Amino acid sequence: MSSETKQILTTDGIPLEISLKKAERKNKIKAFLLVAPLLLFLIITYIFPIGEMFTRSIDDKMITNMLPKTFKSMETWDGKELPSEEVFASFLSDFKVLVDKKEHGKLAQRLNKEKNGFNTITKKLFRQVKRNKIDETRSIKEQIMKVHKRWRNVEYWQAIKRTAPPYTSAKYLKAMDMYLNEDNKITQVSEDRRIHRILWLRTVEVAFFVTVFCFLMGYPIAHLLATLPMKYSNLLMICVLLPFWTSLLVRTASWMILLQQQGVVNDFFVLIGLVSDDNRPEMMYNKVGTYVAMTQILLPFMVLPLYSVMKTISPSLMRAGKSLGGTPFVAFWKVYFPLTIPGIGAGCLLVFILAIGYYITPALVGGASGTLISNQIAYHMKTTLDWSFASAMGLMLLGGVLVIYWLYNKLVGVDNIKLG
Amino acid sequence: MSKNTEFVKFDKVDKSYDGKVLVVKDLNLNISEGEFITMLGPSGSGKTTCLMMLAGFETPTNGEIYLDSNPISNIPPHKRGIGMVFQNYALFPHMTVYENLAFPLRVRKVKKDEIDKKVDKALSMVSLSGFESRMPAQLSGGQQQRVAVARALVFDPAVVLMDEPLGALDKNLRESMQYEIKHIHENIGVTVVYVTHDQGEALTMSNRIAVFNDGKVQQLSSPDKLYEEPVNSFVAEFIGENNTFGGEVTDISKDICKVKLQNGEILANPISVNSKGDKTTVSIRPERALINPKDKMDNNQTGKIEEVIYHGDHTRVRLDLLGNKEFILKVPNSSNELDLKLGNEIKVGWNSQDARALDPK
Repeated sequence: MSSETKQILTTDGIPLEISLKKAERKNKIKAFLLVAPLLLFLIITYIFPIGEMFTRSIDDKMITNMLPKTFKSMETWDGKELPSEEVFASFLSDFKVLVDKKEHGKLAQRLNKEKNGFNTITKKLFRQVKRNKIDETRSIKEQIMKVHKRWRNVEYWQAIKRTAPPYTSAKYLKAMDMYLNEDNKITQVSEDRRIHRILWLRTVEVAFFVTVFCFLMGYPIAHLLATLPMKYSNLLMICVLLPFWTSLLVRTASWMILLQQQGVVNDFFVLIGLVSDDNRPEMMYNKVGTYVAMTQILLPFMVLPLYSVMKTISPSLMRAGKSLGGTPFVAFWKVYFPLTIPGIGAGCLLVFILAIGYYITPALVGGASGTLISNQIAYHMKTTLDWSFASAMGLMLLGGVLVIYWLYNKLVGVDNIKLG
Repeated sequence: MSKNTEFVKFDKVDKSYDGKVLVVKDLNLNISEGEFITMLGPSGSGKTTCLMMLAGFETPTNGEIYLDSNPISNIPPHKRGIGMVFQNYALFPHMTVYENLAFPLRVRKVKKDEIDKKVDKALSMVSLSGFESRMPAQLSGGQQQRVAVARALVFDPAVVLMDEPLGALDKNLRESMQYEIKHIHENIGVTVVYVTHDQGEALTMSNRIAVFNDGKVQQLSSPDKLYEEPVNSFVAEFIGENNTFGGEVTDISKDICKVKLQNGEILANPISVNSKGDKTTVSIRPERALINPKDKMDNNQTGKIEEVIYHGDHTRVRLDLLGNKEFILKVPNSSNELDLKLGNEIKVGWNSQDARALDPK
């Protein structure tokens, strides 16, 4: 009763809330229509592809669609001993369909990935089916088991059963150098085949050190930019931005010219007698090259947020610190530095995230010991055509970035980021 | 204990930023201990530069500054022990009020309980006790200003510099802060060097005022002298309201001179004119010229009322007098009825003693 009597009405007797909503509806629709193109663009170019990547990375429907009857009849099989006659029969019937569609090769490939040895026995079975050697009036189980001794091995049937779910985490495990073994347990691959984990660690390491180097070099530059008189700071700003306006490839190529063994830097070292001519250090096609080139390329992303924050810090604060008795260092450390933390956070986050997914530079100057996970992704995209694996690694990279962002938010607070 | 009259001493100080223009020219200024001195002047007159040289953020191009008889040009700012209140307060935004006040004590390695005591005292001095844990952004402009004042005083500096500290406050707050700073100065007896371009502020607060223009001190004297007896036309113009006549001296004796204007002649008090034929600007304060004077005055003229503006406690009347269309009169709001109508002719008189014949503009 009280809520009804307290309801505020407009002069026309319509409840105020309804009237307000009505009045604002037009504006809301207008606002939505204004952002709608952008929203659509984001959905098409960002959210949809990521969703697509995700489904691709866990998709294992191909084999599910190839062996529908087999998997259905396997549902009741406990997986301990050889399956029943029924399973063998439905497998054969699925297989015959595949043979008709000439897709048995794909099946063999997929099963071979699950367990080595399927290739041979699938081919053998194919030949038998092709020659109509299998008599469906007799026990199919007996006949298939005769094709190859592996068909009598329960492990192979277990492998088939493992492929039944339409989704798989295999790609993600593979990216961590792990796989699901026969007992459905997550196992590490043998030591000589663990390549991805090294790449992940190297990627994080490179991104971390590039961020540190960018910070160490960018902080003084940004400070100079923010305090110099306008005519000099503009010139310096152009110097900082110049790399931005140059093509990434050109920049990387010029680093190649500078850093190679017969390059400018090495020539200079020899000239001043730092190294002997026959002992020129390798500065490219390794981590050094990656560090140098990436730091230079990502430096503006550190300088700009720092600059925009430093620009807002009144010079009178440092003066106040000094006039109150702080030495220049104390005034800097206690007054100036804490005020630049939002810029440091923004710059480091930006550089780290960009560095962790960097591709062209490590590909060109990284060599074998300087390639990063993104190069591996590109390799699987272009060379092996294992797109689902590339998607899985790409998503793991994205997940990693989100985790860093979350951690940063917990530690520093995203509200404290200032980009300009 | 006799007070040191040369506690702060500017000795022939010149300052130039670009090697072409002198912003401060041959500055000689003595400030005695415990004095409240104001540097007053239009922007660009060199007053803030003087303050910055005293604080140590700028070095004199020539000459020397002495603090308690010690030359300080080679002492860095953090070793001078001079407190400073900045124009925009310059409170450290990432520190609480307590931390702001504790900063000068912490860098001096004062003990924790001593810091607490001093901060407490300083905050109660500016009546902000209980605000210790607030951040500067949570305070109003006036409160931030008080914190800045407290911070500049908390480490007991010998001299406190204030660089237009009230510039950002609104009028009422500015006035009450003026009295507050004045009282703090009277209570603790610290030497204050205050910079402002607001003459009202300077007149209410200072013991002495140095009027700056064009890099030079035009006049250094107490507020009343500055207002009543300006030594040149810049000071007369800059401090308070002022009616001026430009003319030429036609006759001069010891304390009176005749000045010929474009259309008329007046008697004036010769200040910076010496001989016949000198060009001069005669300056008369609006409140010294009376309408229909009862007493005998040696200047009597008739003017036409051009404008009447009601100001509550007084009425401003603009006259066309002796060819000066900007002659201002201040008529106190009293019961005697005057016929102040536009276009009316009224009689105006003033004493030649109050008409100061200064240098020509």
